[in-house]
Amino acid sequence: MREGMFRNLSGCAVSGIFSKSGKRFSGELIIDSISVMHERSNGLGGGFAGYGIYPEYKDFYAFHMFYDNFAAKKECEEFLERHFDIINLSKIPTRKVPQIKDEPLIWRYFVTPLPTKLASSQLDEREFVVKCVFRINTSIKGAYVFSSGKNMGVFKAMGYPEDVGRFYRLEEYEGYCFTAHGRYPTNTPGWWGGAHPFALLDYSVVHNGEISSYDANRRSIEMYGYKCTLQTDTEVITYIIDYLNRKKGLTLKEVCSVIAAPFWSTIERKPQEEREELEFLRSTFDSLLITGPFSIIVGFEGGLMALNDRLKLRSMVVGEKDDMFYVASEEAAIRVIQNDLDRVWSPKGGEGVIITLEKGKS
Amino acid sequence: MAVNYIYPEYEVVRNYDRCIACRVCERQCANEVHEYLKDIKKMVADDSKCVNCHRCVSLCPTRALKIVKTDHTFKENANWSGKSIQEIYKQAEGGGVLLSSMGNPEKYPVYFDKILLNASQVTNPSIDPLREPMETKVLLGSKAQNIERDENGRIKKVMPPHVELSVPVMFSAMSYGSISYNAHESLARAASELGILYNTGEGGLHEDFYKYGKNTIVQVASGRFGVHKAYLNSSAAIEIKMGQGAKPGIGGHLPGAKIVGDISKTRMIPEGSDAISPAPHHDIYSIEDLRQLVFSLKEATGYTKPVIVKIAAVHNVSAIASGIARSGADIIAIDGFRGGTGAAPTRIRDHVGLPIELALASVDKRLRDEGIRNNVSLVVAGSIRSSADVVKAVALGADAVYIGTAALIALGCHLCRSCHTGKCNWGIATQKEELVKRLNPNLGYKRLVNLITAWKHEIKEMMGGMGINSIEALKGNRLMLRGVGLNEKELEILGIKHAGE
Repeated sequence: MREGMFRNLSGCAVSGIFSKSGKRFSGELIIDSISVMHERSNGLGGGFAGYGIYPEYKDFYAFHMFYDNFAAKKECEEFLERHFDIINLSKIPTRKVPQIKDEPLIWRYFVTPLPTKLASSQLDEREFVVKCVFRINTSIKGAYVFSSGKNMGVFKAMGYPEDVGRFYRLEEYEGYCFTAHGRYPTNTPGWWGGAHPFALLDYSVVHNGEISSYDANRRSIEMYGYKCTLQTDTEVITYIIDYLNRKKGLTLKEVCSVIAAPFWSTIERKPQEEREELEFLRSTFDSLLITGPFSIIVGFEGGLMALNDRLKLRSMVVGEKDDMFYVASEEAAIRVIQNDLDRVWSPKGGEGVIITLEKGKS
Repeated sequence: MAVNYIYPEYEVVRNYDRCIACRVCERQCANEVHEYLKDIKKMVADDSKCVNCHRCVSLCPTRALKIVKTDHTFKENANWSGKSIQEIYKQAEGGGVLLSSMGNPEKYPVYFDKILLNASQVTNPSIDPLREPMETKVLLGSKAQNIERDENGRIKKVMPPHVELSVPVMFSAMSYGSISYNAHESLARAASELGILYNTGEGGLHEDFYKYGKNTIVQVASGRFGVHKAYLNSSAAIEIKMGQGAKPGIGGHLPGAKIVGDISKTRMIPEGSDAISPAPHHDIYSIEDLRQLVFSLKEATGYTKPVIVKIAAVHNVSAIASGIARSGADIIAIDGFRGGTGAAPTRIRDHVGLPIELALASVDKRLRDEGIRNNVSLVVAGSIRSSADVVKAVALGADAVYIGTAALIALGCHLCRSCHTGKCNWGIATQKEELVKRLNPNLGYKRLVNLITAWKHEIKEMMGGMGINSIEALKGNRLMLRGVGLNEKELEILGIKHAGE
């Protein structure tokens, strides 16, 4: 049994660091943060997302791949060659860590869609990439794209997050934003693809919680061409954010008003303009409301969003120091890397905290 | 020559030690079962007239009465039941179509009873509705398909017409004529107080009830009785009745005897004339015709009201629903084969149609497969018996449910299934003044309010147990359901796993 064949409930730790000025820092920092919350994981999954880590290839989609075997790699590479210009390909550098075992083949490709293929698909470029990612993940057995954005990348494995970070030599990457996840699944995921972050294009999601609306959300989002192959909350949340933000053009603030919509009784008390907007969003996307406990950190190109479920059934703390923004499941995970905070607070349930790069920085 | 005497199905058992011969039973029984014999100063009963409605039992001051099923029997036969034999006697005698009332009572599977709900343990918290907000409000209607913004980048908040319910339960269509004025008044006032909707059925709307318009669905059926512009505009929503679960494929017939006084006026037909609803709408022989009627009604009401299309659950219900979802309808109501009726041919009621659970699961899936589930809301009926059925229906994919029989039971109906006789001792399915007045709308409406309020509490408890605090998150959430004792095919159609999986 491997992830996707059953529903795997998880508890978790999440952490995120963001430099508003776009100053790049080493991945070492996020490992220090997440490792404080060792007790919140159980060694069955850990991972990171880094933004701004591939400046030399920033115009190309970076595909991070797990392969079960060489046959899968061959078949996938043939697919990639038919649809993309492959600018660069290599193994993702790793180091041997005793705690990390049974690694699959881990490869990275910097690609751009073939202009002719893209034109004939009649899709915009990002939709074309999404379609190809789904194609690989659902139809090439043993091949799995776990990261597909530009100038960002996901690194994940079975193990405790601090071991996963060392395995991937995360300290060698520099970016303006990192997020991290330590997983406490109730069942063995069976393979590395089940670890988090979950990513699509430049959206990456780390999530702590178990959403009670899962199947309502899944069945709704699958109407719009998404396929939930992993049966995890994080996967469906990522697709919902992609759908609302990229496809429907909602701002992230509006996305928060859909997935963690205020209670009707709260909406009724708002001034007319705001009330009508909240009513509209909540009723138009009623099946994308997420209930049950969650705290999520969403990474995207040039920004970071932290959001709790509307009852705040999971812990999440944010802090600021100069241009740095921190978010984590526990305050200790922030204090360990920056004890001298200008401001630290717990966002309310349903209140999204959205941070973006200052203008002109990237 | 056969002898026509058939031994009565029920026996009236009177405990003469208790009977004080007060003659209440005699006065209360419109079927004239009870009689006082002066000579011997004793009450006697003619069992053959008894419909087992419990009116006399309920009102007997000394609890001297009970009704029992007779132990008189035919020679045992696994193939020829007593019921089959007696029905043949009846038809051989009268040469007519057998008539029945209320929902299909036969032994078909009740899928709701083979579905169990989930609850939270450890990995996520259950939510206590007494401590935390628990939302049961639903909006019915189609959803905005595109997000448009004004020049300032603000979303244009143009919502297609919709109706709002405080809890996803409505009172289903029961016409004024098939049920009494007092029954209608009870339903209308209850809907109004509860913030839900009731449905006029096909008999028009009595002028006294226009004031409940905000909570009224007006129906347009094949007979078009009582349909006019003011009627349409008085409502919160308009329902085109294409079919009824109890009698798919056939029309309706309210006998002239019931077309009296206000009923004649409300239906806009002469007193004493039979009100015959044709089997099809004679302006709808295909899906494109339905679209025209939907838009005619929208034109007549200035595109301000959602249009519901109600169909009976039949074998290709998902394809039909898919067609309706593309025909301008805002809401599709599906009525299962256990749905109630004031009168239907027995063979139709008992042998035509589909269980609502399967119809709902299949329609919801089809609309999702086609990517048009958000074009419409789904309302299901026939038969929803409790708040647990409501929760299961919503988790299978319904936006809301209709209840008919359950509402009538709250008003005092004892399910004797004799509505077609017009002699309802409880004042519900009758137009006889002396019977109608037995139903006091001041008490009746309160009982309906109590029922729905109780269900609302129970729905919140079940949702909270699942860790869900808003009904939208329950809709179509089939992982919250498990089947027990169902085969693979049934599970596949319901789209749920078996218990233990």
